[in-house]
Amino acid sequence: MAVTYALASEAVFASAAVLILAGAVAVITVKNPVHAAISLITTLFGVAVAFVAQSADFLAAVQIIVYAGAIVVLFLFVIMFLGVDRTRVVSLEPLIGQRALAAVGVAITVAGLVALMWRSHWVTGAPSVSGHPLASGAGNVHQLGTAVFTTYLFAFEATAALLVIAVVGAVLLARREPSEEGSPS
Amino acid sequence: MSLASIDPLYHHGVTGVVLLIVLVRVVVGFAVLMGSVTLMIWFERKAISDMQSRIGPQRWGPFGILQTLADGIKLFFKEDLIPAEANRFVFKLAPYLSLVPALVTFSIVPVGGTLTIAGHPVMLQIANPPVGILVMLAMSGISVYGVMLAGWASGSKYPLLSSVRASAQMISYEAALGITIVTVILVTGSLSTHNIVTSQADGIWHWNVIRLGVVPFVVFWMAITAELNRPPFDVVEAESELVGGFNTEYSSLRFALFYLAEFMNTITMSAIIVTLFFGGPAGWVPPVSHLRWVFPIIWFVAKTVFFCWCFIWFRAALPRFRYDQVMDLGWKRLIPLSLGWMLVVAGFLIKPAWGLVMAAVVLMASVALATAFERGVAREGGPRSVLAPVGRRPLPGEVLRASSDEVEQ
Repeated sequence: MAVTYALASEAVFASAAVLILAGAVAVITVKNPVHAAISLITTLFGVAVAFVAQSADFLAAVQIIVYAGAIVVLFLFVIMFLGVDRTRVVSLEPLIGQRALAAVGVAITVAGLVALMWRSHWVTGAPSVSGHPLASGAGNVHQLGTAVFTTYLFAFEATAALLVIAVVGAVLLARREPSEEGSPS
Repeated sequence: MSLASIDPLYHHGVTGVVLLIVLVRVVVGFAVLMGSVTLMIWFERKAISDMQSRIGPQRWGPFGILQTLADGIKLFFKEDLIPAEANRFVFKLAPYLSLVPALVTFSIVPVGGTLTIAGHPVMLQIANPPVGILVMLAMSGISVYGVMLAGWASGSKYPLLSSVRASAQMISYEAALGITIVTVILVTGSLSTHNIVTSQADGIWHWNVIRLGVVPFVVFWMAITAELNRPPFDVVEAESELVGGFNTEYSSLRFALFYLAEFMNTITMSAIIVTLFFGGPAGWVPPVSHLRWVFPIIWFVAKTVFFCWCFIWFRAALPRFRYDQVMDLGWKRLIPLSLGWMLVVAGFLIKPAWGLVMAAVVLMASVALATAFERGVAREGGPRSVLAPVGRRPLPGEVLRASSDEVEQ
């Protein structure tokens, strides 16, 4: 029984990892922006599967609702509105030295990851390694709610205020004064 | 995570019999849903034609009940066209993106009580995930892509306009939808649809539609109609403006898949309304032990059919909203209303005194909001939208009279 369960969870992890990696690679290699957005959805779904495997069900649901269901839709919305949904010539470099700097950044990140894996164990994997064991089912939501509204209340409210400020700022920037176009009637 | 906490079926471990029961449950659920979709399409056409003094389908089967099957066969044999300008991969992908969420959402709906088959307790719902109703929100988030990508991939102007409309509309109404679901979750204390239904089982006064005040239900109903892109919110398929909407360029089986998804969503969302607000399978059960399991199913089906009929009724009775009206209703009316109502419900759940305090606060906030809206409108110089209000345009009769007056002079 235990062996079959471990085998199943490893199969789930492997398939989620394949989804995540395939999606992520496609996001940066595919030329059409809409295809890239679809690949991003694949990655987000893979991450949601990984969340479920770590018994963070609520996070998985929120991942799909917020990221796949709203944010990528907005990406697509902007892509369609701005009409950049065509394959672009990518050989041009908008900023001089951008490619070289990006290569240096990637090298630093990869080196950091390798160093991390060298010195410590994998962070993902069995739930017992990844932190406090999560209560299953509805307890999951309870735990998360308690953490957000007691321990991390200030951070939570600060984030909310930041988001409101961002929305108000966006509306203000997008607004046009009606008097400029002359009175309607 | 222990499986038994999700479903009592797994109490004694996962054996071959249990796997077989799960498989049968999935297959039966799929078959029943597919069958009811064909009936739903027939029902809609028949009911609409009755309301419009037409006969409607009558040729195939008694009362034309096999019409959908005939339509399906016809669509199956039609030529499958892909426009030259289309993005082929996305064009082929889109119909499935709208069909699959419709199927998955139905899996969390509790259709009846719990049966005992071969010594195993079997819940009459395909799955009871711990996140329950959030699956429905997630799937309605995914189903946006079906419409959106179909419109974009067609490589044609009208479908693109339709898909931009669809994505804006569905995202706007998802907020109101989510907030009303939060009020239901607050009184239930659980996300699982099974618990939502069992908490309403003690009689009609415990149904959420009454327990929460009728407002969340009405907001949910309107928001779900907009999510379904059904009339009067069907600006996505407004044939007078957009030819056929996002599916203009689709033909053959791909078009059939969109058609199927639309009606499947209608049934599923009716079932979700019943689950959240009308006690699901709750209802009177006769004191005969052999019929005990049948009656919940009958109640569930009766309630769901009633809401399916209501969606048809809306289509026949209500004219289509203008696009700016749809956005106004969503953002300026439904979201503040559902948010205020949620705060009041939360207050009453702590203590009635807190509920009254919250009600006073919400009332003051809504007065402030209404003043702000009014000021904004006054600053813009009257209710000016892209389209001038219909009431102010001269009616054809007046124009004729004015021109004939000129001739007489």
